[in-house]
Amino acid sequence: MPVISYIDAVTQALMEEMRRDSCVFVLGEDVGVRGGVFRATVGLYEEFGPDRVLDTPLTESAIVGVGIGAAAYGMRPVAEIQFADFILPAFNQIVSEAARIRYRSNGDWNVPMVIRAPYGGGVHGALYHSQSVEKLFTGVPGLKIVMPSTPYDVKGLLKAAIRDEDPVLFFEHKRCYRLIKGEVPVEDYTLPIGKADVKREGSDVTVITYGLMVHYALQAAEKLEKEGISTHVLDLRTLIPLDKEAVLEAVKKTGKVLIVHEDNKTGGFGGEVAALISEEAFLELDAPVQRLCGPDVPAMPYSPPLEKEFMLNPDKIADAIRELAEF
Amino acid sequence: MVTDILMPQLGESVTEGTISTWLKKPGDPVTKYEPICEVTTDKVNAEVPSTFDGTITELIAKEGETVEVGQLICRIEVSGEEAEEAKAETPVPSEVPKPAANEKDDSQKNRYSPAVLRLAQENDIDLTQLTGSGKGGRITRKDVLRAIEEGVGQSKAAQVTSAVIQEKPAEAEKDVKKEAVKPATDSGNVLENGDIEIPVSGVRRMIANRMVESKHEAPHAWTMMEVDVTGLVELRHRMKKDFQEREGVKLTFMPFFIKAVVDSLKEFPYLNSVWADDKIILKKRINISMAAATDDALYVPVIHDADEKNILGLAKSVQNLAEKTRAGKLEVSDMEGGTFTVNNTGSFGSIQSQPIINSPQAAILSFESIVKRPVVINDMIAVRDMMNICMSLDHRILDGLMAGKFLKRVKERLESYGPDTKF
Repeated sequence: MPVISYIDAVTQALMEEMRRDSCVFVLGEDVGVRGGVFRATVGLYEEFGPDRVLDTPLTESAIVGVGIGAAAYGMRPVAEIQFADFILPAFNQIVSEAARIRYRSNGDWNVPMVIRAPYGGGVHGALYHSQSVEKLFTGVPGLKIVMPSTPYDVKGLLKAAIRDEDPVLFFEHKRCYRLIKGEVPVEDYTLPIGKADVKREGSDVTVITYGLMVHYALQAAEKLEKEGISTHVLDLRTLIPLDKEAVLEAVKKTGKVLIVHEDNKTGGFGGEVAALISEEAFLELDAPVQRLCGPDVPAMPYSPPLEKEFMLNPDKIADAIRELAEF
Repeated sequence: MVTDILMPQLGESVTEGTISTWLKKPGDPVTKYEPICEVTTDKVNAEVPSTFDGTITELIAKEGETVEVGQLICRIEVSGEEAEEAKAETPVPSEVPKPAANEKDDSQKNRYSPAVLRLAQENDIDLTQLTGSGKGGRITRKDVLRAIEEGVGQSKAAQVTSAVIQEKPAEAEKDVKKEAVKPATDSGNVLENGDIEIPVSGVRRMIANRMVESKHEAPHAWTMMEVDVTGLVELRHRMKKDFQEREGVKLTFMPFFIKAVVDSLKEFPYLNSVWADDKIILKKRINISMAAATDDALYVPVIHDADEKNILGLAKSVQNLAEKTRAGKLEVSDMEGGTFTVNNTGSFGSIQSQPIINSPQAAILSFESIVKRPVVINDMIAVRDMMNICMSLDHRILDGLMAGKFLKRVKERLESYGPDTKF
C-alpha cells in the first residue's frame, strides 16, 4: 500500500468521489484556482472545472447556505471552511437549517452535505487559526461530527461522509496535514461513521481521544511502555454518533480512564464521555475518570512559549497517564 | 559553549523541512542572523538564520535529509557574552527529593474503587488479605485480578470449596466451584429448612461494629476478685423499705457498686483514661457508663460527674437511666462522655463474665451475682454473701498490677459496709 500524508488522503477522497458521482462538488474560499490554502483541493479545478469547484466570496454563511440549498435539491456539496475558526458566521445555517431540515419536514427533505474544516493548534497560527470548535456542535442533534487522526481514516471516513444522506461536519487537524503519513489502499473503501478504533492495546490506563491527540497519546504510550506502564488508546474517530460500546469496552480494559482533547475542558466533549462512563460503567472504574484538555482561556496565544504552554503534548499526556497508573 | 541549532518552524502547518544546501561547513564562523542553510518545505523555500554569533562545529542533518521541526540540525560554538546567555538557557535538572522508601504510606489501603469491590465480591476475595500497589497502599483493580489468578486472598468459604476441588480434574474446576458455592449465603453460612433469617437492625449493626472495633483495637486482659458483701446485703435489707418510702426510689446494690468504683477511680486516674494512639488522656471528669439491656439491644447510658453524687443521687440516676432505656427514650447526651463502664451482670444470674471494653475507655467492670457460699474465715467455715467482680482492661494503658490494686480498693470499699453504716 502506498504511504501518503493526511492531506493527500483528503485530496484523494475528494477526487475519487467527484469522479464516482457527478453530483459531488466542492465550494469554499480559494478552493479552485489556488487549490486551497492548505492545498487540499489541489488538482480538482483542473480536472473538474469551475462548475464543480467553486471559489466563493469570504462569506461562510453563504458557503454553507448555498450548500444546504444544493443538497436539498439532490446535489452532494462538500463545503470547505478555510479554518474552523471561521465557521461561526455559518453557525446559524448549520444549526438551524442543515441539522434540522429532515426533522422539520418530517423526512421529506434532507441535506447530504459535508462541511470540511481544518482545526487545531500547534502550528503557530494564533487566535484565528488554531481553535478547536467541535464542542459548539456536539450538542446539536442532527449533525454528524467526524474527527479522524490517520490518512487511512481520513480517506475512508471522508468518502463515507460524502455518501451519507445527512450533514456531516468533517474536522481535519491541520497539524496532521503534513506531519502524519500512513498506508492507504489504492482501491475504493469507506469506513463506517460512528465507529471508534482501538489504536493500541493496553492494560493499565485507557486513553480516549481523537484527532492529533491520538498521535500524542501513542507517543506517550510508547515512552511509558519502557517504564512498564501499558496504555490502551481508543481513537473515537467520530464524536457524533459516539461509539458507546467501544468506549465502555475500552473502560473495561483497565478501569482507569484518561480523556484527552485539545478543545478546552469546560463544556468539552470529554465531559460527555466521562458522564457516559459514570452512567454505564461505574462498577468498572478503578480510579476517577480524568480529563486532560486545553486550558479554559479564550484562544490559542501567538507567543511561542505560551502556545507551547497551551498545547497538549506527549509529555503532558504521559504525566497524566503515569499519575493514573500510580493511583 | 556549544549550542544546538534546531529546525525552525517555517510557516503554518509546516512540520518538516528538507535541507537543500548547507551554506556553512564545520569551522566556519557565523554571525547572528546569517543564513546557515537552505530548507525546502511543502509550502516555502527558506534560509535558516543562525541564532548566535560563533563557529559551526558540527553539521548533523545531511543535504537532502528531511527533518522534523524542532529536531537538531547542527551545533554552533557560541562566542563571547552570548555564551553566558546560551548557558543560562540550558535547563538545570532540578533534584526532586524522592520519598524515603521505608516511609510506607497506607492511608488509602481501605479505600476500594467500584471495580475492586465488584471483582472482590464476584470472586470471593477477602480484600484485607491483599497488599495494595496503588498510591497510599490502595488495592488496585490489577491487584485484585492478580489475586484471582494466583488464588490469593480467597475468603474462607471459597477456600473450603477450592480445597475440595483440588482433587478433581482441572477442567471441571469452574463448574464445581459454582455448584459448591451456590447454597451458601453471602457470609458462607448454609441455610437449612426452617432456619429463619433476621435482618440486622441499625442498633444491632452498631453494637456489632463497636464490639469488633474494641476487641480488634484494644488488647484485652482480664482479672477477677471475690468480694464478701455480707455487710452490704444486711445494710440494704435493713434500709430498703424506709429508703423507698422516704426517697421514692428503689434501693438497689448498683449505687453502692458505682460509689465504690468512683472513689477508687479517684485514687487510680489511669483507670479513668482514654487511649489516643500517641498519648494517654487522663480524664478529669468521672462519667460512669452503665450497661443497660433491653430485649434486643444493649445500651450504655452515662451518669455524668458520678463523683459529685451520693448514694441517693446515684440511685436516682440509675433508676432514671434504666427507665429511659426501657422506654426507648435515651437522648444522645445520655450516651456521651463515659469514662469507665460498670456492668451489672449479676442481675441475670451470671457469676463470672469477660466483658468487652467500651472503647476508647481503659476498662470495664462487671458485678456478678451475690450468692451465699461457705467461706473460711479465721480457720472457721462461715456462710457469707459472696460476689465476683470481673474486670477487662486495655493492656495498652494498664498493666495487671495497677488494675489489681484498683480492684482491691473496690473490694475493700464494698466489704467495709456493715448493717449500721450511714450513707
